Amino acid sequence: MSSNKIRWPSWPLLVPALALLAGILLVPLADTLIRSVSTPGWTLSNYSNLFTDGVTLTVLWRTAVTAATVTAAALLIGYPYAYLMTRVSPRARGILLVIVLIPFWTSVMARNFAWIIILQDGGPVQSLFEFFGADDVVFYGTTVGVTIAMTQVMLPFMVLPLFSTLGAIDRRLLLAARGLGSSPTAAFWKVYWPLSRSGVMAGVILVFTLSLGFYVTPALLGSPQESLVAQLLAQRTTLLLDFAAAGALGILVLVVTLVLVAWANRMGGTMSAIGVVAAGRTEGRR
Amino acid sequence: MTTPSTTVKATGSSPGTPSGTEIRLDRVTKDFGLAAPAVDDISLTIRPGEFMTFLGPSGSGKTTTLNLIAGFETLTAGTIALNGTDVSDVPPHRRNLGMLFQNYALFPHLTVAQNVAYPLRERKVPKREIARKVAEVLELVQLTGRDDNHPSQLSGGQQQRVALARAIVFEPSALLLDEPLGALDRNLRSALQAEIRRIHREVGSTFVFVTHDQEEAMNLSDRIALFNNGRIEQIGTPQQLYAEPETLFTARFLGDSNVFELGQAALGRSIVWDGESWGVDPATVAAHPGVRAGSAIVVRPEDVEVAARRDEVPPGANAVRAVVRDVEYMGSYRTLLLAMGRRGLPGRTRVSPLRGDYAIGDEIVAWWRPGAQRIVAA
Repeated sequence: MSSNKIRWPSWPLLVPALALLAGILLVPLADTLIRSVSTPGWTLSNYSNLFTDGVTLTVLWRTAVTAATVTAAALLIGYPYAYLMTRVSPRARGILLVIVLIPFWTSVMARNFAWIIILQDGGPVQSLFEFFGADDVVFYGTTVGVTIAMTQVMLPFMVLPLFSTLGAIDRRLLLAARGLGSSPTAAFWKVYWPLSRSGVMAGVILVFTLSLGFYVTPALLGSPQESLVAQLLAQRTTLLLDFAAAGALGILVLVVTLVLVAWANRMGGTMSAIGVVAAGRTEGRR
Repeated sequence: MTTPSTTVKATGSSPGTPSGTEIRLDRVTKDFGLAAPAVDDISLTIRPGEFMTFLGPSGSGKTTTLNLIAGFETLTAGTIALNGTDVSDVPPHRRNLGMLFQNYALFPHLTVAQNVAYPLRERKVPKREIARKVAEVLELVQLTGRDDNHPSQLSGGQQQRVALARAIVFEPSALLLDEPLGALDRNLRSALQAEIRRIHREVGSTFVFVTHDQEEAMNLSDRIALFNNGRIEQIGTPQQLYAEPETLFTARFLGDSNVFELGQAALGRSIVWDGESWGVDPATVAAHPGVRAGSAIVVRPEDVEVAARRDEVPPGANAVRAVVRDVEYMGSYRTLLLAMGRRGLPGRTRVSPLRGDYAIGDEIVAWWRPGAQRIVAA
């Protein structure tokens, strides 16, 4: 180490990011929090109302169920997909990656209107079901349709952390398990699956928490009778102008999300798995 | 499990009966679709309880052959039988073979005890018996007390001991070792070699060991199968391979040697090389009648003596004039690097430090008894 170099502290590198965060997140969040407990007067009634108004809990539950369904579907599709990505040539892997990232690169409106056209009454999907004799299948305006469209856009958040975790698993461990007496199925469940769990947790938490806040897709593809939390929030802020009630709802969702992330983090490896994705190490693995 | 539930140690000490498994390879071929088959028509019988080493350079087919025995690769042609039972189509998890990998292949999410217990759990061994066997085998590999450590908390040598324990705890028919010491440093390697030899003695089962390290092979094995280009070049005890190489490849792969290539099959009562006329020991020719048309003479450096002048060479010895190119002081002996004959063929010999001084450029006569030379096929 040369002595004539001044060792600057490294924390000032964070200043721009912290300033931005303070401006667009912390200050509005604090404002929301204060309003939610100070209108009308200092009270927690905005929070207690959430549990008694008969609507919020129903919507929250529906949102959680939808997010859980999307998460499960993304995992079921994403796990084999990510596994395949670790097993093919770099070229094929690139193609698979592009396919999964296409919803990312498509404008939100274009993507959702495309789903409307595909899922609408008399659209190709419905026609297909009618062809096979199921003429009462409706996707447009239902939670099922919303779930399908959400799963598509959530898939990268499941596939990328899974891919980085699965790609790092030493496949010789599977051979070792086979040699020690495990059938291929047993080797998967006793060795591969446990080693992939941090990636699964990362994907599940990412998809679930992001799904909780979906607005455009349920607004366009769903029905007002089956709205999700984000729609309820929009309604309370833009139509009812009840910022205190909306703030309380927002804070509740935030707390639930943070609790989930903290729990998942304790289950191990989640943050590191997300970090791996963020660091762009998803490419260039064997 | 099909084997009676005896302890690991008792298996080895049952007197009289060989406790290991015979492994028979019959015309085994593995073709990956490349230019040449990775394993090309190999037939080989590994005896019960034998320590067999597959030795050879990388790409010679030794590891592929091991993987074929383990069942990790499928045969292109031929059969593999364990104790006379054809297992060619049996999947690896039903062959009941222990396997040791170079990278240890310990399960990182399991503790030492759980790793060792893994094969027993897969065989539905009762819990109490698992605990007893795990403790016993960890004692055998001298890792008592590390049960609850994870593999990442152990050194490389300790990890390989855990892998060894895991590979023998279920009393497999045979143990397959794929360069298990390759990733360890020199001192640790020789310590673990001694350990593997001891465990082989105590367990008494058949060991098949793959390595490219000739010293390791000589040190450990009952017999060595020397692989080259997907075939077995020569098979025999370490002494046989060293002292009686049948081919040039064997002679060059094991130990140092002086190689005199002969232009044509010039074998009768004497051989002519570079103007020198050499005698042949009838006994060595008779021992290997198949190499009569051999095309090279091999002499080990320790069999080559040095004389100052031709008239100091004893009668009947084969001699060649040489120039000292370099002297390597090795402590207990010195190695002379020579340029032999008119063309200055590189050669080497060992001399005692007590026997005179040699300087670079000295002209000497190198000689050896005809009985010390081997005539080998190219």
